[in-house]
Amino acid sequence: MMAPEFETARNGPSFQFTLKGSWTIGASKVIETQAKQLLEEAVGAKQVAFDLSGLERLDTAGAWLIDRAGADLKSHGVTIDYQGVTPEHQILLKEAHFRTFDEPVARPTSAIVDLLVDVGSTMVMVGKDIYKGVDFLGQIVSSLGGMVLHPKRLRMTSIVYHIENFGLRALPIIALINFLVGCIVAQQGLFQLKRFGAATFTVDLIGILVLRELAVLLTSIMIAGRSGSAITAEIGSMKMREEIDALRVMGLDPVQVLIMPRLIALLIALPLLTFLADLSAIFGGLVVAWAYGNISPEIFLTRLKDAIAINTFLVGLIKAPVMALVIGMISSMEGFAVEGSAESLGQHVTTSVVKSIFMVILVDGIFAMFFAYVNY
Amino acid sequence: MKARKPSASTQKIIKPGQPIIRVKDLQVGFGTKIILDHLDLEVMAGEVLGFVGGSGTGKSVLTRTILGLITQRSGTIEVFGQKIDGLDIQQRRLVERRWGVLFQQGALFSGLTVRQNIQVPMREYLSLSQPLMDELAMLKIELVGLRPDAADKFPSELSGGMIKRAALARALSLDPEIVFLDEPTSGLDPIGAAEFDELIRTLQKTLGLTVFMVTHDLDSLYSICDRIAALADKKVIAVGPVAELLKSEHPWLKSYFHGERARRLVVGAV
Repeated sequence: MMAPEFETARNGPSFQFTLKGSWTIGASKVIETQAKQLLEEAVGAKQVAFDLSGLERLDTAGAWLIDRAGADLKSHGVTIDYQGVTPEHQILLKEAHFRTFDEPVARPTSAIVDLLVDVGSTMVMVGKDIYKGVDFLGQIVSSLGGMVLHPKRLRMTSIVYHIENFGLRALPIIALINFLVGCIVAQQGLFQLKRFGAATFTVDLIGILVLRELAVLLTSIMIAGRSGSAITAEIGSMKMREEIDALRVMGLDPVQVLIMPRLIALLIALPLLTFLADLSAIFGGLVVAWAYGNISPEIFLTRLKDAIAINTFLVGLIKAPVMALVIGMISSMEGFAVEGSAESLGQHVTTSVVKSIFMVILVDGIFAMFFAYVNY
Repeated sequence: MKARKPSASTQKIIKPGQPIIRVKDLQVGFGTKIILDHLDLEVMAGEVLGFVGGSGTGKSVLTRTILGLITQRSGTIEVFGQKIDGLDIQQRRLVERRWGVLFQQGALFSGLTVRQNIQVPMREYLSLSQPLMDELAMLKIELVGLRPDAADKFPSELSGGMIKRAALARALSLDPEIVFLDEPTSGLDPIGAAEFDELIRTLQKTLGLTVFMVTHDLDSLYSICDRIAALADKKVIAVGPVAELLKSEHPWLKSYFHGERARRLVVGAV
């Protein structure tokens, strides 16, 4: 295949360009520069003839460039003529003749207006989210009520399956991270409190901090990331493939069939996991206190018994079902919000996890204030 | 200017009527299952070849094998007179530049606008100025019958028919010599499908394309295909113009062309 070239023959004010080689897009930059060079050489011409008989190949890109050069010359008052045009060239020159495309006009924008629009639409969205959340909570409560009245509607198989998924399979990772956090808190406690000669208070620190806050918080965050995203993805992909609509037309309530089993499973699994998280975090603290702080397990357990009461343990545990409800609700709502495309699915899974974790922390803060107020 | 690429000079131009794709004795399988066995097929330059076969017989497998997405067990595939599997990466890229593929679902990159989608191959393979790439992209958009304002839309904003057209524009981005179409009219309404058939025919004539079209659409077969190849029993059982295949005695072809759905069309065509 020959590179695109042209030869110029001048006869007074009438020029003839004989095009040779392959004027195709494959020649890349070369056809572009050739076309430009052709225009430069045509300066001063009154009549220009393009001889295409020597062309090896022509495609739309080549035809476009040749005709663009022709149109450029024409606009300078030069008469254009094509010679040696084969029928194929004729079709190409017709299809790919030079024309201008009107660019879609960009709307003029100002940064301040954009910012205000963004803030406004975000606030409206937050408002809608709250409204939808309350609506959804209502559906769930009515579903729960229905289940209490008609226990047969409880889908036991599904609930057990989800408890296994959300609870049993999350067990190792939850135990591990809580063990590690217990270790870290103990190590920091020992290290910092040693300076005040209060190293043994580390046990109090671990006991109270872990039972009241850390175990339930870490477990909830982990479950929000692990199971919340799974719920959104499952329900979202069912929504994408019209499975939710299929349930509806069969007269089944998607909330009852899909959401309730998952929500009940979370309500059961999360407190259990929190209890386990309590144990493994305290065990982590015990191990570090023993190895690093020379506090023997006997002393650790005796001090722990003095430091905490049943209410310390219950404060953490009471929060767990509420966290389960928050995670379950947000992730199912996001799942239902998925639209037709896979991008939308990805987006909603991300939103679901971010929202769940944020709400878990927010709810934990509200609980902390509440318990401080009621002195529990 | 004498900037001649040494690699470009080895590219052979196939004259119309000569085989541009030549599949010989091809065997493809997955695990213990053999999908295609001793399959032979020739596609001539400048023709529209319709490729038919029942669901799951391996139409897509053959297309994907020719495109190099699946490796064959044995047999050879020649495209542009070159054996595909003997090529090194660079030669292979040169071959890939000379064909375009329209996937069934369009396979437009969802993060890019239609214009950017069309410019992806240009950007990868060529060094053209941005204004020229924009002009060529707009030209392609117009060629496939899309309105200019579709250029800056994302695939998610397009209807099914528009996605097919945009994907065709991307397939035509480098002015290929062969275009592979995988069920181009599936998912389109009959009017849209007829328009798309017409578009393929027009473009094929205008640009001198060779079209390899996998299809289930009997209308497409009758209206735009020069020849039809039928796949059954892991082989190409018949190749030829519609009229010839209509006379075939093969049971699958008989039920395909003389079934209830086909009869109306045959009556209309004859």
